[in-house]
Formats: sequence, structure tokens, C-alpha cells
Amino acid sequence: MTEAALPEPRRRRAPELLDASVAILSVLAALALWELISRAGVISERDLPAMSTTFDALWSLVQTGDFWIAVLQTVRGWALGLGIAFALAVPIGIALGSNDFAAAAFRVPIEFLRPIPSAALIPVLFLTLGTNLSSELFLATFGAFWPLLVQTMYGVRDVDPITMDTARSFRLGGLERLYRVTLPSALPYVFTGVRISSTVSLILAFTAELFMGTPGLGHATNTAYSFGILDQEYAYAVATGLLGVAIHFAVSRAEHRVLRWHASQRRTAAL
Amino acid sequence: MSPRLYRGAKVAAEIAVPIAMLAGWQLWAVSADDPKFPRPTTILVEFRRLWLFSEFGTHVLPSLERIGIGFAIAVVLGIALGIPLGLSRIGRTAAMPHIEYWRAIPPPALLPISIVLLHSIGNVQKVSFIAFFCLFPVLLNTIDGVRGIEPTLVDTARSYRIPAHERIRRIVLPAALPQIVAGMRNSLSLAVIMMVLSEYFSSTSGIGYVLLNSKNTFQFLPMWAAIVLIGLLGYVLNLAFLLFERRALGWHRGWRATAPA
Amino acid sequence: MLEIRRLSKTYGTGPDAAHAIGDVSFTVDPGEFVCVVGPSGCGKTTLLKCIGGLLRPSAGEVVLRGRRVTEPPEEMALVFQEYSRSLMPWASVRGNVLLPLRHKQLSKRERESLVQEALGAVGLLRFIDRYPWQLSGGMQQRVAIARALAYQPSILLMDEPFASVDAQTRSDLEDLVLRLRHEFEMTVLFVTHDIDESVYLSDRIVVLTHAPTEVKEVVEVDLPRPRDQIATKELAEFAHLRAHVYRLIKREVSVPTPETSVPVSGTEV
Repeated sequence: MTEAALPEPRRRRAPELLDASVAILSVLAALALWELISRAGVISERDLPAMSTTFDALWSLVQTGDFWIAVLQTVRGWALGLGIAFALAVPIGIALGSNDFAAAAFRVPIEFLRPIPSAALIPVLFLTLGTNLSSELFLATFGAFWPLLVQTMYGVRDVDPITMDTARSFRLGGLERLYRVTLPSALPYVFTGVRISSTVSLILAFTAELFMGTPGLGHATNTAYSFGILDQEYAYAVATGLLGVAIHFAVSRAEHRVLRWHASQRRTAAL
Repeated sequence: MSPRLYRGAKVAAEIAVPIAMLAGWQLWAVSADDPKFPRPTTILVEFRRLWLFSEFGTHVLPSLERIGIGFAIAVVLGIALGIPLGLSRIGRTAAMPHIEYWRAIPPPALLPISIVLLHSIGNVQKVSFIAFFCLFPVLLNTIDGVRGIEPTLVDTARSYRIPAHERIRRIVLPAALPQIVAGMRNSLSLAVIMMVLSEYFSSTSGIGYVLLNSKNTFQFLPMWAAIVLIGLLGYVLNLAFLLFERRALGWHRGWRATAPA
Repeated sequence: MLEIRRLSKTYGTGPDAAHAIGDVSFTVDPGEFVCVVGPSGCGKTTLLKCIGGLLRPSAGEVVLRGRRVTEPPEEMALVFQEYSRSLMPWASVRGNVLLPLRHKQLSKRERESLVQEALGAVGLLRFIDRYPWQLSGGMQQRVAIARALAYQPSILLMDEPFASVDAQTRSDLEDLVLRLRHEFEMTVLFVTHDIDESVYLSDRIVVLTHAPTEVKEVVEVDLPRPRDQIATKELAEFAHLRAHVYRLIKREVSVPTPETSVPVSGTEV
């Protein structure tokens, strides 16, 4: 095919401004709907506080120091869980991914341990490590470990054999091959793993707080729930959602920046 | 090492390593003699006692039901919403902020709310909770699958004037199916987790409840038996799903195998 | 039967606008086999898509049997170059050929008989239950042709259908198309960049300029029918026509080559 397939714009290409407006309008409409449903009593205000009430409560919370401490505690749990998982999973993943024999040997244990939901370990942790940070960290790390391990293994195994052969023909040593060929090649996979593990780590940090009372947003949510302080309960849910979005956004941006660098690096390396 | 010897050694390792790990666990448990960490053999006995079959109907069945119904709802809704969103650019733009928000929120954050909103801790609440969060992998994958349909195929359908409902049924859906099925697989493992979380938070039945109850009564044996069951459940469901995938997407594997490099 | 009147297609506006098609006009009479050739990048596919109703022209019109074409017309069938991407990998050969017939008002038996007839005509009846990816490239393209046949169009549009196929298969497919055209009495509009192919197949050749495309010349091909891969290509007239078309296109290629005075043996631009 010698001609570029030019796209047919069915209408003039919508500028980014239009997209943003649609998105914003959509969110505003949803918030308005929430307000309407609650105020009109479609769902009783005793079950669903109005949007305005919830955001009021959120605003009050945001002005307290305790709220931000809770946020930071959850962030701490997330970050440490992700970080430790990364520090463990990536080296092990590289080792297992590069060594066919080791990968085969450990395949069965990995396949069986992987699907165990970390959530199932909550009672064990509760009764052993107790209701403090170490439980939260164990939970988050255990959960975040597996996706990163698997993705790293895939990435290492998926290196283009031709690129590897080229490196070998240039007599690059094992360590150098690892550094110059395998790792850059595996990077996108690792980042996918980071993205998945980040989500898991946040969920588990929050879960530990919710169920075990480790300090953080989860614990604050549970307290509001136990005392029946409805608008706070909802406010915390909104805040947690926003935290989740913020973290997801941050990780995605980091992924884009590193991979952009990586992709251009690969292009020049291929020359 | 000759290839045959190497292959043989690999198979031997595949068998030996898990066995060695189990043996190691057993030995450690015997020497530690800690009631919190019973021996694997004891756990196995308890496993059989509880789940085969005395507590099966009381706890395992309800959990399975909740997973099954929640997953089914998530799949149906995910595909039903995903196809129009995949086809409509403006629909996507409007829906994306919501989808991005609800998929980013840690599910446990909504546990208390789900109980308050639905006034109960019964099946409806559990199933809704499971279905809600299992929706997103299917939804997002359906959207991606629909968006990624081969343009030549779309042109072909247009040039033969194939009507919209036929296009969706015979082209859009099958073309997106590999992606949708991948999303379904993720959803299924998510369903197990959501089940455990919702039952552990508040329930009167189910595997998660057993977990919670044994914690409250300091009974470690049922706790471990439940943990093993949950892991097994996830593994078995995943396996069953892979078999289903193999049948449903047989054409896909054949096609990818012969696709030009 | 088919009239293209002052067709023009421009992408974008302002100084960055890409004038794919400048001003193209020609006609196709019923039963004719018309080939469209031109230098690379001259918008042949864009032209075909406009004629087929898949793209809306910026100016001018396409008239089929007196009616303006604004969307894919009922009596027209399109065969694309990328056969593997126009066939559904999840459906069998039968399923693929059946697809366009499903929304027509036909009984199940009528549909099945059309499918069988079409596959028989292209020689693939044996493979009716296979999957497209189990077949070779040439066979896949034949499935796409069978699909077009079963649709019973009065005019067949083909966009470089044999460009992705090896030379041997190509000559088989060329003869197949000629035979089908004769058997089913179809009109064919055939886009190609292979000059030999265009002379071999057609009654008339529409030679295009480079972008913004216009009709450079319409060449009458008066070679006797039925055509034969060996006999027809031995005729002096064949060589003349081929050289003539080649010269027309060579002059259109914008990048001058130092060897312009040396006769080139290749036939493809």
C-alpha cells in the first residue's frame, strides 16, 4: 500500500476544548443529579446525604490536621507496600525470567500463591502482627508483590531474541546484556506491573486500616461508620476516591515519561 | 547438559520444588509448635472436615452464588455499556471521568456506604458490591476491544451496507471478544476478592464470614482452612475460565498463529 | 452506468490542506472492464473509496445508474487489497461469504445456494467450512471475491486486489476475474499499479496524474478477447499499449531519475 490511509473526519475534528467541556459538564451533571436525588427524597437523606452536605463535611474535614494525617498514613502504607514489593519482585523477577530452569522450578508455587487474595490474610495478621503498621505493610507488600513479579518475568522473557543475539555477537558480557538489552526491553512490562501493583497496594493499605484499625483513611471511614456519622462517612469515601485518582494519575504520568524516554532510546539503539 | 537431560531435570524440579516447600512448611510448623501456625497436614484434615461437606452448603455455596451472580451482572453490564461507549466518541468523553473515578477508588471505601444505602448486609448488598467493582475491567476492556477493531473490516461492513444490529452482533462483538474475555478473567479474580472483603466486613454466612468468625473466636484451624479454600477457589476458577477461553476463542489462537510477522 | 463527474477530495483546510484528488472525470459503461492506474501516492484508493460511497468527496459527484452516490450503493461490491483484514477470522469461509447476504430479503436456502455458487465459481467449495487463516493468501482473496460475487452486484470495485499476492497466484486470479466478469456479466472498475495487469485485463485504462490527481488520459485497449496470459502478452499491440501507459506514468513521477533515457525493463512503477 503506497498511500497513507487518511482518516475521514465525519465532522470537523473536535478541538480539545470541546472534549474538556463535555467531560466537565458530565461531572457537573452527575453531581447535580446526586443533589437532586437526595434532596427530593428519592433516596432518603438518612441513607444518602446530599451532595452539598457531603462536600460541606469534606470541606470541614480538609481543614483539620487529623484528616491530613490520615491521608498521609494511607499514602505511607501505599508507598511502602509498593516500594518493598518493587524491591523484592523486580530482582526476583529478573532472576526467574532470565533463568528458564528456575522459572520452571518455581512455576507451581507461584501459580498457587498468586491467586490468594491478600484480604484473606487479614485475620492471620490481626492475630499475629497485631493492628499496627507492620500488618498493613505486610498485607500491601504481599498483594503488590505478585503482579510485579509476573510482569517482570514476562518482560525479561519477552526480549527480542534477535536483539539479544546481536548483543552476544558484539561480545557483551552477561551483566552488560542485562543492563543494555534486557532491562530496557522489559521496562514497559515492569511499568504495567507497577501500575497494577500500585492499585493493589492502595486497596490493601486501606483495607488493613478499615478492618484492623491501623491509622489512616480506612480507619477514619470505619470510625465514621461505627458512629453513624453519615456525612463524614461519605466525605471520607469521596476523599479516598480522589486520593485513588491522584495516585493513579501520578503513576500514569511517571509511566509515560519514563517510557517516552525509553522508546526514543530504543529507536536510536536500533540504528 | 544434553537437551533431554535438561528437560528431564526441569520436570523433576517442577515436581520436587513444590514438594520440598510443602515438606519445609510441615517441618517448620512441627518444630515451631505454634497454634497460630498449624501443620499443613492438620490444616488438610480440617479442610476436609469443614468443606467436604459439612459446611459446604452453609458457607461455600452462598459465597459461590454471590461470586457467580455478581460476576454475571458485571459481564452483562460491562459489555452492554462498553459496546456503545466504544463506538461513540462523545459518549466516551462524557463517561470517562466517571469511569476513571470509580475504578480508582479502593473498593473497601464503599463497603460501609453499600451497607447504609441498601439497608442490609444480605445477598443484595454483597452481590451489588461485587458486581459494581467487577464491572470495570470488563467495561474498560470492552471499550478498548471495540475501539481496536480492524478498520478494513469496518469499511467492508459499510460497503456491503450491513445494518447496525448485524454489524454489532457479527463483527463488533466477535472482534472485541479476545479483549473482553481478558477483562472477564480479571473480573473473575476480582470477584473472589470482593466476596471475601464484603463477607469479612459484615455477613452471616460465607467463606469470608468463616474467616471473620474464626478470628473473633481465636480459632486458627478454620481460619487457615478458609485461607486455603480461598486460594484454591481463585486457582480453580481461573483454570476453569482458561478452559472456557480456549473454547470460545479457538479461532483467535489459530488466527494469531498464522498472522504475518 | 457509472459516471464520475469532477470529483475532488481535499483533506484539511488552509495551507496544510492535502489535495488528494484534484479533478477527476470519467465514465464506465455497462459490462466494461475499466482499469485505473497512476503513480504511487496519486490517491487511487481515495478515489475508489469515494466512488464506493465510503468517503464523501469535497466536490463533484459520483452517479451510478442515474442516482447520486452518497453512501455505499446496493448494486456495488468492493474488494480490498488487504484480504486478510477484510475477512472475519472468527467465521468460516461460509460465514464470511454469507455475511452481506444476511440482511437481504432471501430465504435460507437461497442464501446457501448463492454462497455455494460463488465459492464454486472461484474454486473454493471444498474449503467452505475452513477458517480464512487456514488458507493461503491467494485463496483468502478468492474468498473475498466470492463474497462480492454472492452479493450479486452489477458493478465490482477492486482496489489493487492482487498487489499482496505472489506473481503466479496473481495471473491465476487475473484470469479468474475475467472469467467471472464474463460469466456473471458484471461491470468492473479495477485499480492497480501494475501496468501489465491493467493492459491485460481492461477494455479501457484511466491513467491518473500525481496528486492533486486528474485524468491524464483514457487509453482504449483493443486487444482481442478472451485474453490469454501468454498469447495476448505476445501481441505487438500489447507491448505498444503497455509502453504507452508506462510512458504516461513515468512522466508523472515527480522525482527525475538520471536513467530516464535508458529503457527500463520493469513494468511496475
